[in-house]
Amino acid sequence: MTNSINEILETDVILVIGSNTTEAHPVTGYRIRQAVQNGKKLIVADPRKIELVKYADLWLRHRPGTDIALLNGLAHVILRDDLWDKQFVAERSEGFEEFKKTVAKYTPERVAEITGVEAGLIEQAARMYGKAEKATIIYAMGITQHASGTHNVMAVANLAILTGNVGRPGTGVDPLRGQNNVQGACDMGCLPNYYPSYQPVDDPHVQSNFERFWQAKLPQEVGLTVTEMTDAARQGKIKCMYIMGENPVLSDPDGNRVVEALQALEFLVVQDIFLTETAQLAEVVLPAVTFAEKNGTFTNTERRIQLVRKAIDTTSSAKPDWQIIIELAQKMGHFWQYPGGPEQIMEEIARCAPLYGGISHHRLEKGGIHWPCPTPGHPGTAYLHADGFARGKGKFHSVEHVPPAEEPDEEYPLLLITGRMLYHFHTGTMSRRSHLEELRSEELAMMHPQDAEAYGIKDKDRIVVESRRGKVTTRVQVTDFVPPGSIFMTFHFKETPTNVLTIASTDPICKIPELKVCAVKIRVPFPGQARRHPESFSCH
Amino acid sequence: MRRKVLVCGGTGCVSSRSREVYDALESELAGRGLGEQFELKYTGCHGFCEQGPLVLVEPEGYFYCRVTKEHVAKLVDSLQEGSVYEDLLYKDPDTGNRVKTRNDVPFYQKQKRLVLKNCGLINPESIEDYLNAGGYRTLQKVFKMSPDAVIDEVKKAGLRGRGGGGFPTGLKWEYARKARGDKKYIICNADEGDPGAFMDRSILEGDPHRVLEGMLTAGYAIGAGEGFVYIRAEYPLAVRRLDIAIKEAREKGFLGENILGSGFNFDIHIKQGAGAFVCGEETALIESIQGNRGMPRPRPPFPAVKGLWDRPTVVNNVETLANLPIIFDMGAEAYAAIGTEQSKGTKIFALTGKIKNTGLVEVPMGITLREIIFDIGGGIPNGKKFKAVQIGGPSGGGLSAQHLDLPIDYDSLIDAGAMMGSGGLVVMDEDTCMVELARFFLSFTRMEACGKCTPCREGNTRLLEILERIVEGRGELQDLDLLESLGHTIIDTSLCGLGQSAPNPVLSALKYFRPEYEMHVKNKLCPAGVCKALLSYRIIEEKCKACGLCLKHCPVGAITGKKGEPHRIDPEMCKKCGECLKKCPFGAIVLAGGDGFGQGQSDHKRNHVSRTQALYNLKSGGRERH
Amino acid sequence: MCVVEVKGARKLMAACATPVSDGMEVLTESDRVINARREILRLLIANHDLRCLTCERNGDCRLQDYCYRYKVEDTPYKGEVIEYPIDTNNPFFIRDYSKCIRCGKCVTVCAEINGAYVYDFMHRGFETKVTSAYDDTLQETTCTFCGMCVNVCPVAALVEKSTLWAGRPWEIKKVTTTCPYCGVGCQLKLKVKDNRIIGVAADRSGPNLGDLCSKGQFGWDYVHSPDRLTDPLVKRNGKFIKVSWDEALNYVAARFKDILNEWGGRAFAGLSSAKCTNEENYLFQKFMRSILQTNNIDHCARL
Repeated sequence: MTNSINEILETDVILVIGSNTTEAHPVTGYRIRQAVQNGKKLIVADPRKIELVKYADLWLRHRPGTDIALLNGLAHVILRDDLWDKQFVAERSEGFEEFKKTVAKYTPERVAEITGVEAGLIEQAARMYGKAEKATIIYAMGITQHASGTHNVMAVANLAILTGNVGRPGTGVDPLRGQNNVQGACDMGCLPNYYPSYQPVDDPHVQSNFERFWQAKLPQEVGLTVTEMTDAARQGKIKCMYIMGENPVLSDPDGNRVVEALQALEFLVVQDIFLTETAQLAEVVLPAVTFAEKNGTFTNTERRIQLVRKAIDTTSSAKPDWQIIIELAQKMGHFWQYPGGPEQIMEEIARCAPLYGGISHHRLEKGGIHWPCPTPGHPGTAYLHADGFARGKGKFHSVEHVPPAEEPDEEYPLLLITGRMLYHFHTGTMSRRSHLEELRSEELAMMHPQDAEAYGIKDKDRIVVESRRGKVTTRVQVTDFVPPGSIFMTFHFKETPTNVLTIASTDPICKIPELKVCAVKIRVPFPGQARRHPESFSCH
Repeated sequence: MRRKVLVCGGTGCVSSRSREVYDALESELAGRGLGEQFELKYTGCHGFCEQGPLVLVEPEGYFYCRVTKEHVAKLVDSLQEGSVYEDLLYKDPDTGNRVKTRNDVPFYQKQKRLVLKNCGLINPESIEDYLNAGGYRTLQKVFKMSPDAVIDEVKKAGLRGRGGGGFPTGLKWEYARKARGDKKYIICNADEGDPGAFMDRSILEGDPHRVLEGMLTAGYAIGAGEGFVYIRAEYPLAVRRLDIAIKEAREKGFLGENILGSGFNFDIHIKQGAGAFVCGEETALIESIQGNRGMPRPRPPFPAVKGLWDRPTVVNNVETLANLPIIFDMGAEAYAAIGTEQSKGTKIFALTGKIKNTGLVEVPMGITLREIIFDIGGGIPNGKKFKAVQIGGPSGGGLSAQHLDLPIDYDSLIDAGAMMGSGGLVVMDEDTCMVELARFFLSFTRMEACGKCTPCREGNTRLLEILERIVEGRGELQDLDLLESLGHTIIDTSLCGLGQSAPNPVLSALKYFRPEYEMHVKNKLCPAGVCKALLSYRIIEEKCKACGLCLKHCPVGAITGKKGEPHRIDPEMCKKCGECLKKCPFGAIVLAGGDGFGQGQSDHKRNHVSRTQALYNLKSGGRERH
Repeated sequence: MCVVEVKGARKLMAACATPVSDGMEVLTESDRVINARREILRLLIANHDLRCLTCERNGDCRLQDYCYRYKVEDTPYKGEVIEYPIDTNNPFFIRDYSKCIRCGKCVTVCAEINGAYVYDFMHRGFETKVTSAYDDTLQETTCTFCGMCVNVCPVAALVEKSTLWAGRPWEIKKVTTTCPYCGVGCQLKLKVKDNRIIGVAADRSGPNLGDLCSKGQFGWDYVHSPDRLTDPLVKRNGKFIKVSWDEALNYVAARFKDILNEWGGRAFAGLSSAKCTNEENYLFQKFMRSILQTNNIDHCARL
């Protein structure tokens, strides 16, 4: 996020696109709703009738995979109606002329055709966003998990730059990170192309710095992303994987292929707190501990670094991940010594990651700090780009609408959208082992009443969902939450491993898989005698 | 000129079957081919409901009481002859004389009917009638003035809110006019909650356009475009007539866009309340209109600044709004000449209780209680003595005989520990027990609290429980102190008018009738003979003929006695069923204030300092106040 | 309870709802104020389940605190006390309305923070009760089980089931930490007794300002799951065997070295975790890069 969560309360107009905030990021959802209660305007762009739609001034129900067209359409109207920030664009951006040419093609009428949103609504939304003194765009995986994910994000950024909604409190472009420490894992360089603090691995200067700092020789070439690893493993190029706290069998697209890939490995080590579906495929499983049994830090979606404090002692021989890695390094013959534990590790991070330069556990005792925080005296940075963009000027990227990689056709007529729900988390390894399981213990694929009727399916009926890659069974919830022609499923339930259906087509730039759109068909296993479940009678 | 026959169609008369009278008159007149000669009208309330159904014949002004359909044939005879139907005329109970016209009836003589002027004389379901009576005339005047000038005029007239608090209406308008908001609202508070008060209902039933005219004036003054009438759903007749009036006013262009070419737009909606007493409180009422639970909001901000949907809102009561056409008709100065220094104009009271003439009366401010109760109300029936009068509904206060010559206005009542309230006036005679009365009122308010403030929610119940203890003969002297201190805390710490006034009946009774309370707790006696637990059946020895009837009929064997000896009732065993009294042929058995059994049982506790108190005193160095 | 005396005002004012103005003189602990508060407390305890001996909030109860502060030991009002059955129908907390003081905090937090509007005042007068619509179980309402109502309850009307009979308030250690679920990074306090987590309390220091959702509030018990891995496992003949740490790590190190020698760094790939700490992620990529000689490092940032 360029800005912090609670700045949502200060903004005038909030545009939420591709984020079911109240379920996936509930506390952020509270803030959006509070802002609306305080009289702020809310525009929701989502194919699904998410909770926020209830509070929204405008709801743009665009077709899945048409985000760029919609965002360009908004920019078109903002330019046409002269609602853009000329000074900001002139002083702080580049690439405007080309951008202008691109969006000129996206008239509301054309956008209406692509997205299915009425032209009038697009104009209203554009004016609402364009006229705001302070506006913020909140998005999540609904924007990024597409074959055009990077371009989607660029289209979002274009809109913010065009209206000068960057670098001030209550403005900004705010992606919501799905997990507690995705931000931190990225910051720490757990990416194939970056060392900690986003220092490129293919920059020889950076590389030699890290070689000196770590006193080791380092590889030069940019590594593989998670989806590429799967392919490489299937092809036998990768022999060995070390997986710490991840469950790709359920979380990665095209789950059957993931299983094949992991089985093809010569050696798989999984380090986790539970024997996950992935761990079951491993040769060695190392037991780790939970957040409550160790010290350390998490970095949240608004770049705030906060302490994780040990609350209880581990009762088994399981160890914290940091300790396992250190011991493994020592077994490998390397002299890794961190007697000060995580606090000492953070000292090392501060020395090699400029964004974390001023961070220490001691400072965090008093409360979280937003990076960039380059020096121990620096107060941290709640909102970015106050005095300029990292790259100098904000760049307009001219991006065009591209249809999703796989669209419904005759054989697979339904569109599958995947995502999350409130009561569970990710692959369910944690949340499904808590009392939350009592609230919801199985997948309920959401289907529009129209489709349900066409298929003769009733609420709570069991169906088989099938894509070109695999099939799963699930029960159905009939609801107008989803648009007709599509079904929505989560990936929380191992009994219904939705990701065996999804497609591993990825965005060419950042390699994010297109989890939000793929084509499926459904089958009723016992047509005509689809059994009603007793629960379906306990209606009120 | 056609002669008019006006049949009262107020709720009181309707329930005593005035509709039947109307229908009978209609067919009788038609049957005799008199339909053209006589104009038959169904009107609003005359206020003298006790004498209903009422029929008025104009222009003679004959005022017929208690008319039934059986009277109709003879009544029409008299109409045809142009004579008076003597039997139906009001009979003065003191002199036995028949009185011909309404204005000669003592009930009406001291009244000053301004707000109720049209009630009973026009057909409330006809805008034509209202227009003929001069209705909507003041709008022309108002629209020619600037809104500020309108507010000034209301201030000059000295109009104060008739709903209870008596807040200066002009000032309230001024706040709302100055407050900023994209929209503003006028709310007419027709949630008449006080049991026994029905002036708002009568106005709406008898002269609904007058209220609309008032709302239009208020709307113009503060710059509102929309008005709501918040009315109890228990007033279906008023709702219906109001609904008709609004439709007619829209048709005639008194509501809607560009009213009378003034450029002023205004429309009115009806919102029916579900009968919660607290919704008469303006902020709770606003919550209710917004669709929320009727719970008062803390003030400030006052509704004039932040009211309905957070916009500037003026909430005026029905009677207040109905006064506006009068002010603009007669002028502020003439209006201000009526009443007292601080309270101008008239006030409508609902006269009930132990009084000969019950009903609605409109009197000038400053009139004394004696004039209302004895001159208009005809005094106390059955030769009983006046004891007290409860003013202002269940949260008002009881005043005693010492206040009979008090000129009534907002401030004098507050000083005396009562309040104007919406104008309920319940008269009590010597047979009324003031403890029991306070208990009765509290049992009402305790169920009507919204539950927000602890002192009101919990405290009123405790007040009630203490009073119940007292009327059941289990009271102790320190209970009276507890009543007083708790009552004051409730008033001091509650957010809204309900909590701030609910203890009034107890506190005012304690103030003016303390000896009666003390009798209850010290002597276990109810002087009024009301509190059953404090009464006992006794046999007067001199009268007892020892017939044994009572003894035979006592179901618990509490009566003893031999032949030839006066019988006795054992008070400990007596269950107070009253059988003996009914059976005694000689009137030797009486029900009387307690004989003192149980008396003094609590005396030993009077100077006892409780353990808690001792601890408190110890810890706080005796800082506790008593 | 928040009444204060404002000089010149006729009655006591609610401090929570009265805006300050220039020159306003406010007395917060005058005799009049103290007496009013004492009276209110006497009224509250007159209609309250006073079985404090075993009450979960004994020692951590605002009603107790204020009664102590204002020296209210007893109540003169011995009358009706409304008893309600305890609602234990939802998996997370009980609703014991005999202990409710009708402060309305749960109503406010539910409506104004969560937006679920589950609670409101029901009935009138003395019988006023704070509850869900039609007194339904919470599963039948719009409740999302964020548990914020439990955290704001000043008494024991709403109590987490996990803390019932689990420890007295003064025995419970509270450790502030960061929620392990989504990316908002809510701060919360783990309630710990005898090396076990028994519940979660609100912490106002983080981005959540004390607010939480169902996962943060009630999703912690996986920590004590019997499914937890307790020992290193090595698969032999398709079956996992428990081994010692030394054995496991030696084996892994040996295999890593072999593969590194045979195929070089390109044969390795590592997935780190968005669930692990920064420190662990840092060490992981350092391990992959400097020891296993590969940049094939990723995590589920994109998932």
